[in-house]
Amino acid sequence: MKQKFDIITSTCVPLPLENVDTDQIIPARFLKATTREESFFGDNLFRDWRYRPDGTPNKDFVLNDPAYSGCILVAGKNFGSGSSREHAAWAIAGYGFRVVISSFFADIHKNNELNNFVLPVQVSEDFLAELFASIKADAKTQVTVDLPAQTVTNLATGRSEQFEINGYKKHCLMNGLDDIDFLVQNQIKTELWEQQNK
Amino acid sequence: MMSKDNGIIHVVGPEKGLSLPGMTIVCGDSHTSTHGAMGAVAFGIGTSEVEMVMASQCILQQKPKSMRININGQLGKGVTAKDVALYLMAQLTTSGATGYFVEYAGDVITALSMEGRLTLCNLSIEMGARGGFIAPDETTFAYLKGREYVPKGEAWDKAVAYWKTLKSGDDAVFDRELTFDAADIEPRITYGTNPGMGIGITERIPEQGGTSNPGFQRALDYMGFKPGQKLLGTKVDYVFLGACTNGRIEDFRAFASIVEGRRKADSVVAWLVPGSWAVDLQIREEGLDKILQAAGFEIRQPGCSACLAMNDDKIPAGKLAVSTSNRNFEGRQGPGARTILASPLTAAAAAVTGVITDPRELV
Repeated sequence: MKQKFDIITSTCVPLPLENVDTDQIIPARFLKATTREESFFGDNLFRDWRYRPDGTPNKDFVLNDPAYSGCILVAGKNFGSGSSREHAAWAIAGYGFRVVISSFFADIHKNNELNNFVLPVQVSEDFLAELFASIKADAKTQVTVDLPAQTVTNLATGRSEQFEINGYKKHCLMNGLDDIDFLVQNQIKTELWEQQNK
Repeated sequence: MMSKDNGIIHVVGPEKGLSLPGMTIVCGDSHTSTHGAMGAVAFGIGTSEVEMVMASQCILQQKPKSMRININGQLGKGVTAKDVALYLMAQLTTSGATGYFVEYAGDVITALSMEGRLTLCNLSIEMGARGGFIAPDETTFAYLKGREYVPKGEAWDKAVAYWKTLKSGDDAVFDRELTFDAADIEPRITYGTNPGMGIGITERIPEQGGTSNPGFQRALDYMGFKPGQKLLGTKVDYVFLGACTNGRIEDFRAFASIVEGRRKADSVVAWLVPGSWAVDLQIREEGLDKILQAAGFEIRQPGCSACLAMNDDKIPAGKLAVSTSNRNFEGRQGPGARTILASPLTAAAAAVTGVITDPRELV
């Protein structure tokens, strides 16, 4: 969903696993859906970890643990590897996450998140380990992500880090624009350039 | 669906001569890296990026870092491009090449067939690299010449002259350069739940991790294996030959070369799925279908089949499959399915013996 992004403070949902691939985020059998209904993909986020084969919730999975909530997902290294399916980003956004914090993201998935107004925040291994420890000690640990300043802060420890983001994507996120919106906004400039460079 | 032009895009593009050197090729699938084998800049994108390309014929990208991987020497008997790729993934891990485009070079690459190069570039994304690339050479031109959509006559000569310029200069500097020796590569299999968790077929699963590495233990629990275990001789339930990785004619020739004069093990369910109708036709023209049928195998309709559990070709929960596909993630081939990635030769060896077998004993 298109929404302007600036500063977010929230509790976190911890997923301390490395190499979480997009097949886990949304299994392939859901890719044939022709809907873009946010709830459809959100309901099936981490489907096979979240539900048992008989369809009942897996009590051991973090999304089914009432202790954890919030719009920030904190995941282990190399999040979103594998398939380029954008449905993975739709599922994350559809569930209500607006930020994913990890120490490393797979390339294609990172772009897919950015194109769906979910902010991937890459932090150091140290920061991530400390954040997991904070959340483990207190499920109500809050994190502030400040996109304009490009900082992420663990409010339990006060530790703060800068994060990188492509300047163009930052502009798009802060203004609630997708690539096509940006293109259309610049239509006059594009046409002028084409005329001058015929 | 029955059109002779139908098939997996990463198989059809090269075989129709649609994927050519020097092109920029994008597609909403991570294995688009395959087309880099033709000397194209090819990479997978998401749906929003597809929308952008459709709307504007342009795509905004940050320049990737460059990596060159040299593999020198000569591959041993029974060692294929798939084994090279599985070896590289184990060396680099699934994220070792993230942020890079990879150029493959060296004696082994020069000697590889086009099919082998397509397999290798296909798997670039399993090391995290969005693109893999091989400089076009005589092998590329010989493969392309006469194919349906390639330039003809004078235009062909002009195209080849241009394609010959598409290579790294002798003084090229890469952000990262790695060199491996072909002699170190034996037939490979995976043991875990990402393609980087692989071993030589005669090796043991590493002891590494234990409780200090929850991902490692979790993967072994899912697969039903133990640290230090040898996988040779492990009973196999399913064998899958196909996918954009190994669904080409050379893969079927390799599979047939092992099963010829042998019989499929009764305990194994085998799915042999060509990557396109053109491959299917060539299998029949070369008489490979007769060899496969005589050994108790049937050829299924072309498509992605059991690679990703998107249709009904799913490996049942708990069953162990030796697959020539590209991913062994949890549930990739069906909820609860356990996948071992391997070459067509290793898959064929498992299909006729019913257990994980070193294909070098059968070639």
